[in-house]
Amino acid sequence: MVSKFNKKHVVSIKDFSKEEIDFVLDLAGDMTEIAKGNKSDDSLKGNILGTLFFEPSTRTRLSFESAMKRLEGACIGFARAGTSSVKKGETLADTVQVISSYVDIIVLRHPQEGAARLAAKFSEKPIINAGDGAGQHPTQTLLDLFTIREEKDEIENKKIGIAGDLKYGRTVHSLTHALSMYDCDLTFIAPASLQIPDEIIKDIEKMDIKYRKAENITDVLDDLDVLYMTRIQRERFPSDEEYEEVAETYKIKKDMLENVKDDMIIMHPLPRVDEIYSDVDSTTHAKYFKQAANGVPIRMALLKLLTEGYNE
Amino acid sequence: MNKDKKIKITPIEYGTVIDHIKNGHAMKVLRIIGVLDKKMDSIVSVAMNVNSSMGKKDIVKVENIEIKSDELDKISLISPRATVNIIRNYEVIKKHDVKLPEKVKGIVSCINNTCITNQNEPVEPEFDVIGKDPVTLKCVYCERDMKGEEISENVL
Repeated sequence: MVSKFNKKHVVSIKDFSKEEIDFVLDLAGDMTEIAKGNKSDDSLKGNILGTLFFEPSTRTRLSFESAMKRLEGACIGFARAGTSSVKKGETLADTVQVISSYVDIIVLRHPQEGAARLAAKFSEKPIINAGDGAGQHPTQTLLDLFTIREEKDEIENKKIGIAGDLKYGRTVHSLTHALSMYDCDLTFIAPASLQIPDEIIKDIEKMDIKYRKAENITDVLDDLDVLYMTRIQRERFPSDEEYEEVAETYKIKKDMLENVKDDMIIMHPLPRVDEIYSDVDSTTHAKYFKQAANGVPIRMALLKLLTEGYNE
Repeated sequence: MNKDKKIKITPIEYGTVIDHIKNGHAMKVLRIIGVLDKKMDSIVSVAMNVNSSMGKKDIVKVENIEIKSDELDKISLISPRATVNIIRNYEVIKKHDVKLPEKVKGIVSCINNTCITNQNEPVEPEFDVIGKDPVTLKCVYCERDMKGEEISENVL
């Protein structure tokens, strides 16, 4: 049988076909009990993961390390550029070539866009992109898709609202691309100045995806199956007053949820500041902590697939 | 106008004439075909702001060399309507339009300042050509698109 997954690296969600995404999600599904520590699996025993974090991202790094250790592999690495040879002026190409001879697989987080693609070119071992600047963060998109599938049984045809900073948010752009492979009905909820860029709209139009734009969450909330919240950042606005005014309308509070579908879920890539009030946490709609936990089985699946060169 | 043209644009005996270059872009064409990097030592003449039926244009003439068409196709990035004439014995023996390549490597830098190719890394910038009108490039590394004037402004 032909392998459904024969990638050497995971750099961008755009490199994935729908079949490949489904394959990863299926394997992640098999990993959930191991991720929780309820079952054991030593399939990566003897393997070493190198975590190269040129900018800090505690939860992404820890979830990769947790994933590797749940499969009984080991981890080495650094958590910020200040402790690496980059400070001495070494190129990323050199760093990656050297470290790839010490480890079996590398997870890379870097402030410059395209860093993971470059690393893949120079590495002898598989590279997983854990975020490159304002560029790609494919494991976030995969765990988002996994969460929707776990909670709603399938991703196809769901009505999904994406709210917040849709202009600059990389999470949102990758997620939109992926959801359009699943024929989802998309609603982009943002102030006009932070709406989804035209290039992204053109891409989804090519795929014949239903979409609409909205400025107000409450106008569309009751119709959604999934609400994906993101943070609106203060620095996008000329003054604090303008920020406060806009940000206030992109917050979710428990009393806004009275008429939503019973099984509507709320997601957020975290960390949140105050865009989701803590009174939402106790509702059945809140799935953002579960979403964060799903980072572990997704990353386990990827580590396993890339390290073992998984075939079916 | 023909008389005017005869005076200013003298014919060459052998070589390559790149005509219909977008007005003001001749120097970038010289850079792309390697004249400015001294990769080519033939006599090169440049005419800029030449009147034509389609407005002003630039012309580049390279004597004694028939430049290969795939080299010249790179010019299409900044001047998609340019034409190439191969001259032998003062006669045009071959004339063709420049064709957009599918991939571009090392001619243009990425417009995105924070793209890894703009750092001190040992790689040439590389793009997929994803649109023709206007010419649109997508950086293979950071996936940022650049088009039209953005491309001419970033010729290396």
